[in-house]
Amino acid sequence: MSIDFHDVHKSFGSKEILKGFTLSVRDGETLSIIGQSGVGKSVALKHIVGLLRPDRGEIWMDGENVGRQSEETLYALRRQVGYVFQFAALFDSMTIADNVAMGLRRMGEMDEEAIAARVAECLAMVELDGYGRRYPAELSGGQKKRAGVARAIAARPKYILYDEPTTGLDPVTTTIIDELVIRTSEELGVTGVVVTHDMTSAYRISDRIAMLYEGRIRFVGSPEEVRACADPVVKGFIEGRPDLMERVT
Amino acid sequence: MTEFVTQSIRSVGGAAVGAVSTVGRAGYLAAGAVRALRKTDIWTPHLIPQMARIGVESVPIALFIAAFTGVVLALQSSYTFTDSVPVYFVGALVGKTMVLELGPVLTGLALSGRVGANIAAELGTMRVTEQVDALETLAYDPVAYLVVPRVLAGAAMFPVVVILADALGIAAGWVTSLALLDLSSEEFTKGLRLFFESFDVLFGAIKAFSFGITVTSVGCFFGFHATGGAEGVGRAATRAVVVSSMILLVLDAFWAAVLLQ
Repeated sequence: MSIDFHDVHKSFGSKEILKGFTLSVRDGETLSIIGQSGVGKSVALKHIVGLLRPDRGEIWMDGENVGRQSEETLYALRRQVGYVFQFAALFDSMTIADNVAMGLRRMGEMDEEAIAARVAECLAMVELDGYGRRYPAELSGGQKKRAGVARAIAARPKYILYDEPTTGLDPVTTTIIDELVIRTSEELGVTGVVVTHDMTSAYRISDRIAMLYEGRIRFVGSPEEVRACADPVVKGFIEGRPDLMERVT
Repeated sequence: MTEFVTQSIRSVGGAAVGAVSTVGRAGYLAAGAVRALRKTDIWTPHLIPQMARIGVESVPIALFIAAFTGVVLALQSSYTFTDSVPVYFVGALVGKTMVLELGPVLTGLALSGRVGANIAAELGTMRVTEQVDALETLAYDPVAYLVVPRVLAGAAMFPVVVILADALGIAAGWVTSLALLDLSSEEFTKGLRLFFESFDVLFGAIKAFSFGITVTSVGCFFGFHATGGAEGVGRAATRAVVVSSMILLVLDAFWAAVLLQ
Protein backbone atom coordinates (compact mmCIF):
# COMPACT_ATOMS: atom_id res chain seq x y z
CA MET A 1 0.00 0.00 0.00
CA SER A 2 1.26 3.47 -0.78
CA ILE A 3 0.36 6.94 -1.94
CA ASP A 4 0.70 7.76 -5.63
CA PHE A 5 0.30 11.04 -7.48
CA HIS A 6 -0.16 10.68 -11.24
CA ASP A 7 0.19 13.81 -13.38
CA VAL A 8 -1.71 16.05 -10.95
CA HIS A 9 -2.61 19.54 -12.13
CA LYS A 10 -4.09 22.20 -9.88
CA SER A 11 -4.78 25.88 -10.48
CA PHE A 12 -6.20 28.64 -8.31
CA GLY A 13 -7.77 31.18 -10.63
CA SER A 14 -5.28 31.83 -13.40
CA LYS A 15 -2.32 30.66 -11.29
CA GLU A 16 -1.23 27.12 -12.07
CA ILE A 17 0.39 25.57 -8.99
CA LEU A 18 0.82 21.89 -9.84
CA LYS A 19 1.69 21.18 -13.47
CA GLY A 20 1.96 17.42 -13.78
CA PHE A 21 2.97 16.44 -10.26
CA THR A 22 3.93 12.74 -10.18
CA LEU A 23 5.32 11.03 -7.09
CA SER A 24 5.10 7.67 -5.28
CA VAL A 25 5.38 7.34 -1.53
CA ARG A 26 6.52 3.86 -0.51
CA ASP A 27 4.98 1.90 2.30
CA GLY A 28 6.67 2.55 5.66
CA GLU A 29 9.03 5.30 4.50
CA THR A 30 9.24 8.93 5.53
CA LEU A 31 9.39 11.11 2.44
CA SER A 32 9.99 14.84 2.60
CA ILE A 33 8.79 17.19 -0.09
CA ILE A 34 11.05 20.22 -0.24
CA GLY A 35 10.82 23.37 -2.30
CA GLN A 36 10.56 27.12 -2.08
CA SER A 37 7.69 28.84 -0.29
CA GLY A 38 4.55 29.05 -2.42
CA VAL A 39 5.68 26.33 -4.81
CA GLY A 40 2.70 24.08 -3.93
CA LYS A 41 4.04 21.64 -1.31
CA SER A 42 1.07 22.06 1.04
CA VAL A 43 -1.29 22.01 -1.95
CA ALA A 44 0.08 18.58 -2.89
CA LEU A 45 -0.32 17.36 0.70
CA LYS A 46 -3.95 18.50 0.89
CA HIS A 47 -4.76 16.45 -2.21
CA ILE A 48 -3.90 13.23 -0.35
CA VAL A 49 -6.84 13.64 2.06
CA GLY A 50 -9.17 15.23 -0.46
CA LEU A 51 -9.08 18.70 1.13
CA LEU A 52 -8.33 19.78 -2.44
CA ARG A 53 -9.37 17.97 -5.61
CA PRO A 54 -7.13 17.94 -8.68
CA ASP A 55 -8.17 19.73 -11.86
CA ARG A 56 -6.56 16.87 -13.75
CA GLY A 57 -4.65 13.72 -12.77
CA GLU A 58 -5.11 11.17 -10.01
CA ILE A 59 -4.09 10.54 -6.41
CA TRP A 60 -4.20 6.94 -5.22
CA MET A 61 -4.15 5.86 -1.60
CA ASP A 62 -4.55 2.23 -0.51
CA GLY A 63 -5.67 1.40 -4.04
CA GLU A 64 -8.44 4.03 -4.02
CA ASN A 65 -8.55 7.03 -6.33
CA VAL A 66 -8.93 9.81 -3.73
CA GLY A 67 -10.20 12.44 -6.16
CA ARG A 68 -13.07 10.26 -7.36
CA GLN A 69 -14.42 9.04 -4.02
CA SER A 70 -17.88 9.73 -2.66
CA GLU A 71 -18.04 11.81 0.50
CA GLU A 72 -18.57 8.72 2.70
CA THR A 73 -15.64 6.77 1.23
CA LEU A 74 -13.44 9.83 1.52
CA TYR A 75 -14.23 10.14 5.25
CA ALA A 76 -13.43 6.43 5.66
CA LEU A 77 -10.08 6.95 3.89
CA ARG A 78 -9.31 9.96 6.08
CA ARG A 79 -9.53 7.76 9.15
CA GLN A 80 -6.35 6.06 7.88
CA VAL A 81 -4.51 9.38 7.86
CA GLY A 82 -3.23 11.69 10.57
CA TYR A 83 -2.60 15.28 9.51
CA VAL A 84 -0.28 17.64 11.38
CA PHE A 85 -1.02 21.21 10.34
CA GLN A 86 1.54 23.96 9.94
CA PHE A 87 0.16 25.98 12.86
CA ALA A 88 -1.25 22.90 14.63
CA ALA A 89 -4.90 23.93 13.91
CA LEU A 90 -5.95 22.87 17.40
CA PHE A 91 -9.58 23.62 18.26
CA ASP A 92 -9.11 26.60 20.53
CA SER A 93 -12.42 26.19 22.36
CA MET A 94 -11.42 22.70 23.56
CA THR A 95 -8.84 21.37 25.98
CA ILE A 96 -5.79 19.56 24.61
CA ALA A 97 -7.27 16.23 25.78
CA ASP A 98 -10.52 16.90 23.90
CA ASN A 99 -8.51 17.87 20.82
CA VAL A 100 -6.64 14.59 20.91
CA ALA A 101 -9.87 12.66 21.57
CA MET A 102 -11.76 14.17 18.61
CA GLY A 103 -10.77 11.52 16.05
CA LEU A 104 -11.31 8.67 18.52
CA ARG A 105 -14.81 9.88 19.38
CA ARG A 106 -15.66 10.11 15.68
CA MET A 107 -14.63 6.49 15.14
CA GLY A 108 -17.12 5.44 17.80
CA GLU A 109 -15.22 2.25 18.63
CA MET A 110 -14.07 3.10 22.17
CA ASP A 111 -15.84 4.09 25.38
CA GLU A 112 -14.85 7.29 27.21
CA GLU A 113 -12.58 5.41 29.63
CA ALA A 114 -10.61 3.82 26.80
CA ILE A 115 -10.47 7.16 24.98
CA ALA A 116 -9.07 8.87 28.09
CA ALA A 117 -6.40 6.16 28.39
CA ARG A 118 -5.42 6.49 24.72
CA VAL A 119 -5.30 10.30 25.01
CA ALA A 120 -2.98 10.04 28.03
CA GLU A 121 -0.80 7.55 26.12
CA CYS A 122 -0.53 9.89 23.10
CA LEU A 123 0.22 12.93 25.25
CA ALA A 124 2.95 10.93 27.01
CA MET A 125 4.43 9.99 23.63
CA VAL A 126 4.83 13.65 22.73
CA GLU A 127 5.99 14.50 26.26
CA LEU A 128 2.93 16.54 27.14
CA ASP A 129 1.86 14.50 30.18
CA GLY A 130 -0.32 16.60 32.43
CA TYR A 131 -1.20 19.12 29.72
CA GLY A 132 -4.56 17.52 28.87
CA ARG A 133 -6.67 20.04 30.77
CA ARG A 134 -4.97 23.07 29.28
CA TYR A 135 -6.27 25.04 26.31
CA PRO A 136 -4.24 25.64 23.14
CA ALA A 137 -3.77 29.33 24.03
CA GLU A 138 -1.85 28.24 27.15
CA LEU A 139 0.77 26.29 25.13
CA SER A 140 3.94 27.46 23.39
CA GLY A 141 4.42 27.04 19.64
CA GLY A 142 6.44 23.84 20.05
CA GLN A 143 3.95 22.37 22.53
CA LYS A 144 1.09 23.11 20.12
CA LYS A 145 2.92 21.26 17.35
CA ARG A 146 3.45 18.30 19.65
CA ALA A 147 -0.23 18.36 20.65
CA GLY A 148 -1.02 18.38 16.91
CA VAL A 149 1.13 15.26 16.49
CA ALA A 150 -0.65 13.61 19.45
CA ARG A 151 -4.01 14.32 17.77
CA ALA A 152 -2.73 12.93 14.48
CA ILE A 153 -1.45 9.64 15.94
CA ALA A 154 -4.34 9.04 18.37
CA ALA A 155 -6.44 6.95 15.99
CA ARG A 156 -3.41 4.81 15.00
CA PRO A 157 -3.32 5.94 11.35
CA LYS A 158 -1.38 4.19 8.59
CA TYR A 159 -0.18 7.50 7.18
CA ILE A 160 0.86 10.75 8.82
CA LEU A 161 1.13 13.95 6.82
CA TYR A 162 3.20 16.77 8.31
CA ASP A 163 2.76 20.28 6.91
CA GLU A 164 5.90 22.26 7.77
CA PRO A 165 6.23 20.75 11.26
CA THR A 166 9.28 22.80 12.25
CA THR A 167 8.55 26.17 10.65
CA GLY A 168 8.89 29.02 13.12
CA LEU A 169 10.47 26.91 15.87
CA ASP A 170 13.81 27.46 17.56
CA PRO A 171 16.63 24.93 16.79
CA VAL A 172 16.16 22.99 20.04
CA THR A 173 12.40 22.61 19.59
CA THR A 174 12.99 21.75 15.92
CA THR A 175 15.21 18.85 17.02
CA ILE A 176 12.56 17.68 19.50
CA ILE A 177 9.90 17.68 16.74
CA ASP A 178 12.28 15.90 14.33
CA GLU A 179 12.93 13.19 16.91
CA LEU A 180 9.20 12.87 17.45
CA VAL A 181 8.66 12.36 13.71
CA ILE A 182 11.40 9.69 13.63
CA ARG A 183 10.05 7.97 16.76
CA THR A 184 6.50 8.01 15.39
CA SER A 185 7.71 6.39 12.21
CA GLU A 186 9.82 3.75 13.98
CA GLU A 187 7.48 2.88 16.85
CA LEU A 188 4.19 3.01 14.99
CA GLY A 189 5.49 1.91 11.59
CA VAL A 190 3.53 4.58 9.78
CA THR A 191 4.23 6.02 6.35
CA GLY A 192 5.05 9.70 6.63
CA VAL A 193 4.94 12.56 4.15
CA VAL A 194 6.61 15.73 5.39
CA VAL A 195 6.38 19.08 3.67
CA THR A 196 9.28 21.30 4.66
CA HIS A 197 11.84 23.80 3.46
CA ASP A 198 14.08 23.16 6.43
CA MET A 199 16.93 21.08 4.94
CA THR A 200 18.46 20.16 8.31
CA SER A 201 15.16 18.55 9.31
CA ALA A 202 14.68 16.95 5.91
CA TYR A 203 18.11 15.24 6.06
CA ARG A 204 17.51 14.09 9.63
CA ILE A 205 14.04 12.57 9.30
CA SER A 206 13.74 11.41 5.68
CA ASP A 207 14.26 8.10 3.97
CA ARG A 208 13.82 9.95 0.69
CA ILE A 209 13.55 13.61 -0.31
CA ALA A 210 11.60 14.93 -3.31
CA MET A 211 12.10 18.45 -4.61
CA LEU A 212 9.10 20.28 -6.03
CA TYR A 213 9.97 22.94 -8.54
CA GLU A 214 7.66 24.85 -10.88
CA GLY A 215 4.75 22.49 -10.26
CA ARG A 216 6.64 19.24 -10.90
CA ILE A 217 8.98 16.92 -9.02
CA ARG A 218 12.48 17.90 -10.06
CA PHE A 219 14.43 15.26 -8.16
CA VAL A 220 13.77 12.32 -5.82
CA GLY A 221 16.42 10.48 -3.88
CA SER A 222 17.90 9.55 -0.53
CA PRO A 223 19.37 12.37 1.60
CA GLU A 224 22.84 11.34 0.41
CA GLU A 225 21.73 11.48 -3.24
CA VAL A 226 20.22 14.89 -2.71
CA ARG A 227 23.42 16.16 -1.13
CA ALA A 228 25.41 14.85 -4.11
CA CYS A 229 22.94 16.06 -6.75
CA ALA A 230 24.55 18.23 -9.44
CA ASP A 231 21.26 19.71 -10.71
CA PRO A 232 21.71 23.49 -10.23
CA VAL A 233 18.09 23.88 -9.09
CA VAL A 234 18.45 21.26 -6.34
CA LYS A 235 21.95 22.43 -5.46
CA GLY A 236 20.86 26.06 -5.45
CA PHE A 237 17.97 25.30 -3.10
CA ILE A 238 19.81 23.13 -0.59
CA GLU A 239 22.78 25.47 -0.47
CA GLY A 240 20.60 28.58 -0.39
CA ARG A 241 22.07 29.95 -3.61
CA PRO A 242 19.41 31.64 -5.74
CA ASP A 243 22.07 32.53 -8.34
CA LEU A 244 22.34 28.84 -9.31
CA MET A 245 18.55 28.50 -9.66
CA GLU A 246 18.27 31.72 -11.65
CA ARG A 247 20.68 30.44 -14.27
CA VAL A 248 18.24 27.62 -15.03
CA THR A 249 15.11 29.76 -15.16
CA MET B 1 -13.05 56.58 -24.47
CA THR B 2 -12.73 53.01 -25.79
CA GLU B 3 -10.62 52.14 -22.78
CA PHE B 4 -13.25 53.58 -20.44
CA VAL B 5 -15.98 51.47 -22.09
CA THR B 6 -13.79 48.35 -21.96
CA GLN B 7 -12.98 49.00 -18.31
CA SER B 8 -16.66 49.52 -17.47
CA ILE B 9 -17.72 46.32 -19.23
CA ARG B 10 -14.94 44.45 -17.44
CA SER B 11 -16.05 45.83 -14.05
CA VAL B 12 -19.72 44.98 -14.65
CA GLY B 13 -18.77 41.54 -15.96
CA GLY B 14 -16.52 40.90 -12.96
CA ALA B 15 -19.26 41.94 -10.54
CA ALA B 16 -21.79 39.71 -12.33
CA VAL B 17 -19.45 36.72 -12.24
CA GLY B 18 -18.78 37.41 -8.54
CA ALA B 19 -22.52 37.57 -7.77
CA VAL B 20 -23.26 34.34 -9.65
CA SER B 21 -20.33 32.65 -7.91
CA THR B 22 -21.59 33.80 -4.48
CA VAL B 23 -25.10 32.52 -5.21
CA GLY B 24 -23.62 29.23 -6.41
CA ARG B 25 -21.49 28.80 -3.30
CA ALA B 26 -24.46 29.70 -1.08
CA GLY B 27 -26.58 27.10 -2.87
CA TYR B 28 -23.82 24.51 -2.49
CA LEU B 29 -23.54 25.21 1.25
CA ALA B 30 -27.34 25.06 1.65
CA ALA B 31 -27.48 21.71 -0.18
CA GLY B 32 -24.63 20.45 2.00
CA ALA B 33 -26.51 21.54 5.13
CA VAL B 34 -29.65 19.68 4.03
CA ARG B 35 -27.59 16.54 3.31
CA ALA B 36 -25.82 16.92 6.67
CA LEU B 37 -29.14 16.84 8.57
CA ARG B 38 -29.00 13.04 8.53
CA LYS B 39 -25.62 13.06 10.33
CA THR B 40 -27.36 13.45 13.66
CA ASP B 41 -24.44 11.92 15.59
CA ILE B 42 -22.31 14.93 14.62
CA TRP B 43 -24.70 17.85 15.16
CA THR B 44 -27.02 16.84 18.00
CA PRO B 45 -24.44 17.26 20.81
CA HIS B 46 -23.99 20.90 19.74
CA LEU B 47 -27.64 21.87 19.35
CA ILE B 48 -28.48 22.73 22.97
CA PRO B 49 -25.24 24.74 23.57
CA GLN B 50 -25.94 26.69 20.36
CA MET B 51 -29.56 27.32 21.41
CA ALA B 52 -28.20 28.78 24.63
CA ARG B 53 -25.61 30.93 22.84
CA ILE B 54 -27.85 32.13 20.04
CA GLY B 55 -31.13 32.33 21.93
CA VAL B 56 -30.77 32.62 25.69
CA GLU B 57 -27.75 34.93 25.56
CA SER B 58 -29.59 37.20 23.11
CA VAL B 59 -32.55 37.76 25.43
CA PRO B 60 -31.07 40.74 27.37
CA ILE B 61 -30.34 42.86 24.25
CA ALA B 62 -33.71 41.92 22.69
CA LEU B 63 -35.57 42.89 25.89
CA PHE B 64 -33.63 46.14 26.22
CA ILE B 65 -34.62 47.17 22.69
CA ALA B 66 -38.23 46.02 23.16
CA ALA B 67 -38.69 47.92 26.42
CA PHE B 68 -37.68 51.27 24.94
CA THR B 69 -39.61 50.59 21.74
CA GLY B 70 -42.75 50.02 23.84
CA VAL B 71 -42.19 53.29 25.72
CA VAL B 72 -41.70 55.29 22.51
CA LEU B 73 -44.66 53.63 20.78
CA ALA B 74 -47.00 54.58 23.64
CA LEU B 75 -45.78 58.19 23.75
CA GLN B 76 -45.84 58.66 19.97
CA SER B 77 -49.29 57.14 19.53
CA SER B 78 -50.67 59.31 22.32
CA TYR B 79 -49.11 62.36 20.61
CA THR B 80 -50.60 61.34 17.24
CA PHE B 81 -54.09 60.51 18.53
CA THR B 82 -54.55 63.68 20.65
CA ASP B 83 -58.10 65.06 20.21
CA SER B 84 -58.78 62.96 17.11
CA VAL B 85 -58.94 59.29 18.11
CA PRO B 86 -60.06 57.77 21.44
CA VAL B 87 -57.08 57.52 23.75
CA TYR B 88 -57.49 53.76 24.32
CA PHE B 89 -56.23 53.28 20.75
CA VAL B 90 -52.75 53.70 22.29
CA GLY B 91 -53.07 50.09 23.52
CA ALA B 92 -54.18 48.93 20.07
CA LEU B 93 -51.27 50.62 18.33
CA VAL B 94 -48.65 49.46 20.82
CA GLY B 95 -49.86 45.84 20.68
CA LYS B 96 -50.39 45.62 16.96
CA THR B 97 -47.16 47.38 15.96
CA MET B 98 -45.06 45.51 18.48
CA VAL B 99 -46.30 42.05 17.54
CA LEU B 100 -46.59 42.49 13.79
CA GLU B 101 -43.58 44.62 13.00
CA LEU B 102 -41.25 46.17 15.52
CA GLY B 103 -40.79 43.15 17.79
CA PRO B 104 -39.62 40.79 15.03
CA VAL B 105 -37.77 43.35 12.87
CA LEU B 106 -35.88 45.25 15.57
CA THR B 107 -34.98 42.01 17.34
CA GLY B 108 -33.93 40.48 14.02
CA LEU B 109 -31.72 43.45 13.15
CA ALA B 110 -30.13 43.51 16.60
CA LEU B 111 -29.47 39.78 16.45
CA SER B 112 -28.03 40.00 12.95
CA GLY B 113 -25.31 42.08 14.63
CA ARG B 114 -24.94 40.00 17.77
CA VAL B 115 -25.45 36.52 16.37
CA GLY B 116 -24.57 36.90 12.67
CA ALA B 117 -21.29 38.72 13.27
CA ASN B 118 -20.37 36.30 16.06
CA ILE B 119 -20.93 33.24 13.88
CA ALA B 120 -19.07 34.75 10.90
CA ALA B 121 -16.11 35.74 13.08
CA GLU B 122 -15.96 32.36 14.86
CA LEU B 123 -16.21 30.24 11.72
CA GLY B 124 -13.98 32.67 9.81
CA THR B 125 -11.27 32.31 12.44
CA MET B 126 -11.63 28.53 12.29
CA ARG B 127 -11.34 28.67 8.50
CA VAL B 128 -8.21 30.84 8.34
CA THR B 129 -6.47 28.87 11.11
CA GLU B 130 -7.22 25.58 9.30
CA GLN B 131 -9.48 24.29 12.09
CA VAL B 132 -12.18 23.59 9.47
CA ASP B 133 -9.67 21.52 7.47
CA ALA B 134 -8.67 19.78 10.70
CA LEU B 135 -12.30 18.75 11.24
CA GLU B 136 -12.35 17.21 7.77
CA THR B 137 -9.14 15.26 8.35
CA LEU B 138 -10.66 13.87 11.56
CA ALA B 139 -13.60 12.61 9.45
CA TYR B 140 -16.11 15.19 10.71
CA ASP B 141 -18.30 16.85 8.09
CA PRO B 142 -17.70 20.53 8.97
CA VAL B 143 -21.13 21.51 7.65
CA ALA B 144 -22.79 19.01 10.00
CA TYR B 145 -20.53 20.05 12.87
CA LEU B 146 -20.62 23.83 12.49
CA VAL B 147 -23.49 24.94 10.26
CA VAL B 148 -26.42 22.63 11.03
CA PRO B 149 -26.59 23.16 14.82
CA ARG B 150 -26.29 26.94 14.44
CA VAL B 151 -29.00 27.24 11.79
CA LEU B 152 -31.38 24.92 13.68
CA ALA B 153 -30.73 26.81 16.92
CA GLY B 154 -31.44 30.12 15.17
CA ALA B 155 -34.67 28.78 13.64
CA ALA B 156 -35.83 27.46 17.01
CA MET B 157 -34.76 30.34 19.25
CA PHE B 158 -35.49 33.52 17.26
CA PRO B 159 -39.30 33.06 17.60
CA VAL B 160 -38.93 32.52 21.36
CA VAL B 161 -36.79 35.64 21.76
CA VAL B 162 -39.19 37.70 19.62
CA ILE B 163 -42.27 36.59 21.59
CA LEU B 164 -40.51 37.57 24.83
CA ALA B 165 -39.57 40.93 23.27
CA ASP B 166 -43.18 41.47 22.12
CA ALA B 167 -44.46 40.80 25.63
CA LEU B 168 -41.99 43.15 27.28
CA GLY B 169 -42.56 45.87 24.67
CA ILE B 170 -46.31 45.78 25.29
CA ALA B 171 -45.73 45.76 29.05
CA ALA B 172 -43.44 48.78 28.72
CA GLY B 173 -46.09 50.58 26.64
CA TRP B 174 -48.70 49.79 29.29
CA VAL B 175 -46.51 51.07 32.15
CA THR B 176 -45.73 54.22 30.14
CA SER B 177 -49.44 54.79 29.49
CA LEU B 178 -50.22 54.57 33.21
CA ALA B 179 -47.23 56.60 34.37
CA LEU B 180 -46.87 59.31 31.74
CA LEU B 181 -50.17 59.44 29.84
CA ASP B 182 -53.64 60.11 31.13
CA LEU B 183 -54.67 56.48 30.56
CA SER B 184 -56.03 53.79 32.87
CA SER B 185 -55.09 50.15 32.81
CA GLU B 186 -58.62 49.26 31.59
CA GLU B 187 -58.37 51.70 28.69
CA PHE B 188 -55.00 50.36 27.59
CA THR B 189 -56.15 46.72 27.68
CA LYS B 190 -59.41 47.64 25.94
CA GLY B 191 -57.39 49.05 23.04
CA LEU B 192 -55.00 46.12 23.14
CA ARG B 193 -57.87 43.61 22.81
CA LEU B 194 -59.80 45.63 20.24
CA PHE B 195 -57.74 44.59 17.20
CA PHE B 196 -55.83 41.66 18.69
CA GLU B 197 -55.87 38.42 16.74
CA SER B 198 -53.93 35.31 17.69
CA PHE B 199 -52.75 35.09 14.07
CA ASP B 200 -50.67 38.22 14.75
CA VAL B 201 -48.46 36.29 17.15
CA LEU B 202 -48.12 33.45 14.63
CA PHE B 203 -47.26 36.01 11.92
CA GLY B 204 -44.50 37.48 14.11
CA ALA B 205 -43.20 34.00 14.93
CA ILE B 206 -43.11 32.98 11.26
CA LYS B 207 -41.11 36.11 10.47
CA ALA B 208 -38.77 35.45 13.39
CA PHE B 209 -38.30 31.83 12.24
CA SER B 210 -37.25 33.00 8.77
CA PHE B 211 -35.01 35.70 10.30
CA GLY B 212 -33.36 33.08 12.50
CA ILE B 213 -32.52 30.90 9.51
CA THR B 214 -31.32 33.93 7.53
CA VAL B 215 -29.05 35.45 10.17
CA THR B 216 -27.38 32.16 11.13
CA SER B 217 -26.97 30.79 7.61
CA VAL B 218 -25.59 34.09 6.25
CA GLY B 219 -23.15 34.22 9.19
CA CYS B 220 -22.10 30.63 8.50
CA PHE B 221 -21.71 31.32 4.77
CA PHE B 222 -19.41 34.31 5.16
CA GLY B 223 -17.45 32.67 7.98
CA PHE B 224 -17.03 29.47 6.00
CA HIS B 225 -15.65 31.34 3.01
CA ALA B 226 -13.43 33.79 4.91
CA THR B 227 -9.93 34.20 3.52
CA GLY B 228 -6.92 36.37 4.28
CA GLY B 229 -6.31 36.26 8.03
CA ALA B 230 -7.63 38.74 10.58
CA GLU B 231 -8.66 41.27 7.94
CA GLY B 232 -10.64 38.60 6.10
CA VAL B 233 -12.40 37.56 9.29
CA GLY B 234 -13.37 41.18 9.98
CA ARG B 235 -14.65 41.52 6.43
CA ALA B 236 -16.69 38.33 6.79
CA ALA B 237 -18.31 39.60 10.00
CA THR B 238 -19.20 42.96 8.42
CA ARG B 239 -20.64 41.33 5.30
CA ALA B 240 -22.67 38.91 7.41
CA VAL B 241 -24.34 41.79 9.26
CA VAL B 242 -24.95 43.92 6.15
CA VAL B 243 -26.26 41.10 3.95
CA SER B 244 -28.42 39.46 6.62
CA SER B 245 -29.96 42.87 7.54
CA MET B 246 -30.82 43.49 3.90
CA ILE B 247 -32.33 40.03 3.40
CA LEU B 248 -34.23 40.47 6.65
CA LEU B 249 -35.93 43.66 5.41
CA VAL B 250 -36.79 42.01 2.09
CA LEU B 251 -38.27 39.05 3.98
CA ASP B 252 -40.25 41.47 6.15
CA ALA B 253 -41.92 42.93 3.07
CA PHE B 254 -42.35 39.45 1.55
CA TRP B 255 -44.22 38.04 4.56
CA ALA B 256 -46.43 41.15 4.74
CA ALA B 257 -47.33 40.75 1.07
CA VAL B 258 -47.94 37.00 1.36
CA LEU B 259 -49.66 36.67 4.74
CA LEU B 260 -51.40 40.01 5.33
CA GLN B 261 -53.18 40.38 1.99
